[in-house]
Amino acid sequence: MSLSPINQRRIQQFKANKRGYWSAIIFAILFMLSLFAEFIANDKPFVVMYDGEIHLPVFNGYPETAFGGEFQTEADYRDPFVAEKIAEKGWMLWPLIRYHHRTVAWDLPSPAPTGPDSQHILGTDDQARDVAARLIYGFRISVLFGFTLVVVSSVIGVLAGLVQGFYGGWLDLIMQRFIEIWGGLPQLYILIILASVVEPNFWWLLGLLLLFSWTGLVGVVRAETLRARNLDFVRAARALGVSNRKIMVRHVLPNAMVATITFLPFILAGSVTTLTALDFIGFGLPPGSASLGEMLQQGKNNLQAPWLGFTGFLSIAVLLTLLVFAGEAVRDAFDPRKTIPGAA
Amino acid sequence: MATGDPFLKLDDLGVRFGGADDPHAKDAVKDVSLTLAKGETLALVGESGSGKSVTALSILQLLPYPLASHPTGSIQFDGEEMIGASKQTLMKVRGARVGMIFQEPMTSLNPLHTVAKQIGESLVVHRGMSKSAARARALELLKLVALKDPEQRLDSYPHQLSGGQRQRVMIAMALANEPDLLIADEPTTALDVTIQAQILELLRDLQQKLGMAVLLITHDLGIVRKTADRVAVMTDGEIVEQGPVAQVFDSPTHPYTQMLLAAEPKGDPVAADTSATEILAADDLKVWFPIKRGLLKRTIGHVKAVDGVTVKLRAGQTVGVVGESGSGKTTLGLALLRLQSSEGAIRFDGKDIQGASWAEMRPLRREMQIVFQDPYGSLSPRMTIGEIIAEGLNTHGIREGAEVEKRVASGLEEVGLEPIMSRRYPHEFSGGQRQRIAIARAIVLEPRFLVLDEPTSALDMSVQAQIVDLLRDLQHRHNLAYMFISHDLKVVKALAHDLIVLKDGKVVEQGPAKAIFEAPQEEYTQALLAAAFDMKAVDTDAVSD
Repeated sequence: MSLSPINQRRIQQFKANKRGYWSAIIFAILFMLSLFAEFIANDKPFVVMYDGEIHLPVFNGYPETAFGGEFQTEADYRDPFVAEKIAEKGWMLWPLIRYHHRTVAWDLPSPAPTGPDSQHILGTDDQARDVAARLIYGFRISVLFGFTLVVVSSVIGVLAGLVQGFYGGWLDLIMQRFIEIWGGLPQLYILIILASVVEPNFWWLLGLLLLFSWTGLVGVVRAETLRARNLDFVRAARALGVSNRKIMVRHVLPNAMVATITFLPFILAGSVTTLTALDFIGFGLPPGSASLGEMLQQGKNNLQAPWLGFTGFLSIAVLLTLLVFAGEAVRDAFDPRKTIPGAA
Repeated sequence: MATGDPFLKLDDLGVRFGGADDPHAKDAVKDVSLTLAKGETLALVGESGSGKSVTALSILQLLPYPLASHPTGSIQFDGEEMIGASKQTLMKVRGARVGMIFQEPMTSLNPLHTVAKQIGESLVVHRGMSKSAARARALELLKLVALKDPEQRLDSYPHQLSGGQRQRVMIAMALANEPDLLIADEPTTALDVTIQAQILELLRDLQQKLGMAVLLITHDLGIVRKTADRVAVMTDGEIVEQGPVAQVFDSPTHPYTQMLLAAEPKGDPVAADTSATEILAADDLKVWFPIKRGLLKRTIGHVKAVDGVTVKLRAGQTVGVVGESGSGKTTLGLALLRLQSSEGAIRFDGKDIQGASWAEMRPLRREMQIVFQDPYGSLSPRMTIGEIIAEGLNTHGIREGAEVEKRVASGLEEVGLEPIMSRRYPHEFSGGQRQRIAIARAIVLEPRFLVLDEPTSALDMSVQAQIVDLLRDLQHRHNLAYMFISHDLKVVKALAHDLIVLKDGKVVEQGPAKAIFEAPQEEYTQALLAAAFDMKAVDTDAVSD
């Protein structure tokens, strides 16, 4: 598929913003890595070669007995006894960090939280879990949550804005008033009340936040649509007798999408912050989940262990900075008035 | 009339955009040499992109340096070199000794400042005047540019003024410090013909009164003929011919000048046949927009955009609709196509279509098409030419690939473009080519009635003439009925069989075009024709200001 000239120009402009371009690349690499968190930080090895047979503990659970142990339960590869048994008849290949975000390190030299050392490069938290492992998993869930929220709420928001802007009149009037009233509901209190009724998990939180976040793009898309429906080429399409739905999809939507895409990275940054904030005040993901907000909360509760606070703060700061810089590059890419130095 | 020594002298001036080592660097102006003496008017003529505005801006060093540079040449103003002059020197010249008027009066004034403040600003800056003195001088200037009720206008904001009034304020600003040189960059292009004539007359008056030199930049040869002493013709950044107006116009030596002079829309419409079949007719057509006020949004009155127009369009004939901006020309066109709701009977093929629903109208859409004014806005930038032209075909049931391709190709050929262009995007085409594409989109459906809404006014003069020829040719070949909407009476004269003169939504005069052009009955029509063909402002209440 060849790119239209307008898109080639956009890519060129996106790359011209060096800071944003590199931010986007770094963010993409970090995100890709975090998607494979199980292979970076896990309490199970990738591969166990035992008795001439290959075992993949990340994908399958093996009972301890499979490696010559005594229990029928799943093998604990970090147990010195099991490790010894495997070493007798084979070998294991471990990930970089030998802890899952839920793994409790029982062999700490001092009471948790402990500071960074060779075993735990970022230290452990107050429940003796490895901070580096929790960071990787927390990063992944924050970004995944952000993406899902942004995609679903954009789809709803763009459709609502498109319909309102295109048909106008009473439909527009009623929907606008509805959104105003809806926006007036105290979002946080509703979340707190609901959190006391249901056990919040990923999907519950997503649904609840979605109830309010879809209105964000409606205004922008509606305004763009109102503008676009009076453009000459839309009027020309009407004169040709093209149906309303086709005009909306083919002529109006692409125009409205420019504003939408420009906003997306910033909305993504906002969604990540929202989840972090909820986790921080304790109304977010269920207890025990790895999350950036929970890490910040631990940092606040354990000021004597500054590595917790620093890790939480720095990772959120870096994540949001990367997203905002990348967003700026996207904004440049869609700015028709921006000229590329040297290519004008 | 040229008197005194040249006090503005451009020698071999070049302007380049892009750095010295930039492979994309473009020479916008090459080897331009000009002289201008006090009290003289020099017109710089050329089509868009010819480098005339860039030349003018470089006199005041207003180009975006260092992106722009002058590889060659010098600009001497009153003996002083302007290229590389210090900021202080330039500040003394800008606004004080050289005044400038821009094309667009809507955007050249700051919307947040009153007229008094805008004019007073340069007086305070350059002359150190007190606020009250600046105000008094501003009033004087408004009287000089003959603005009505100058005392009240001092405290008006730009949006409270009409286009012509704003341009007068712009001129007053440019004249505030009694400049020796006035640079007018297309000062009347955005204005209606009647106002254009008034502004040109004002500029002529002021020049005689104040004895300044005027550098007039324009694409309109009619203006040059009426106002300039000498003319320089520019194309592709070079001056190809310059000399006294009479000489250049009567015996142009350069082929480009000859082409430009020959390009004025000429010729008469192909002979009309009054017995031709009627395609579309409207009786007492009204488009009234209600004005709603108060809590309950009661209708307290109407804006009568179109008020009681009766029109009949016959196959192979053109009805010209002329009037100033805001007279309801475009609304009338849209109402006839049922793209704008209206009252009054509209008959297509003898069948009343006023009450027809959108679905009932759809099959008829094929028969009636429209071409818009702005070829940059009327083509979707995200679709290829082929997709744009094929859209109507797809809508009307022609979907089979080869058939669509064949029709798109023949449509492009019909408007003088290569069928191979169908894979390209609109931004790769010039204004004239885009307008051809827009026409191809309309005629590929083989319509019988075409509304042409100012199809030539966004185009260069020479391109205008080509489009007019194309339209006439298409009409002849396909026996099309045209409604030609325009404020440019020259173009209308070349095409229209019948004429409607609109003012404030009402018909002022209606009848055979030839008769109206030869002997206009109404005062308003007379004023309009005088302004368009002789650049003469008629002192009458019939025209606005």
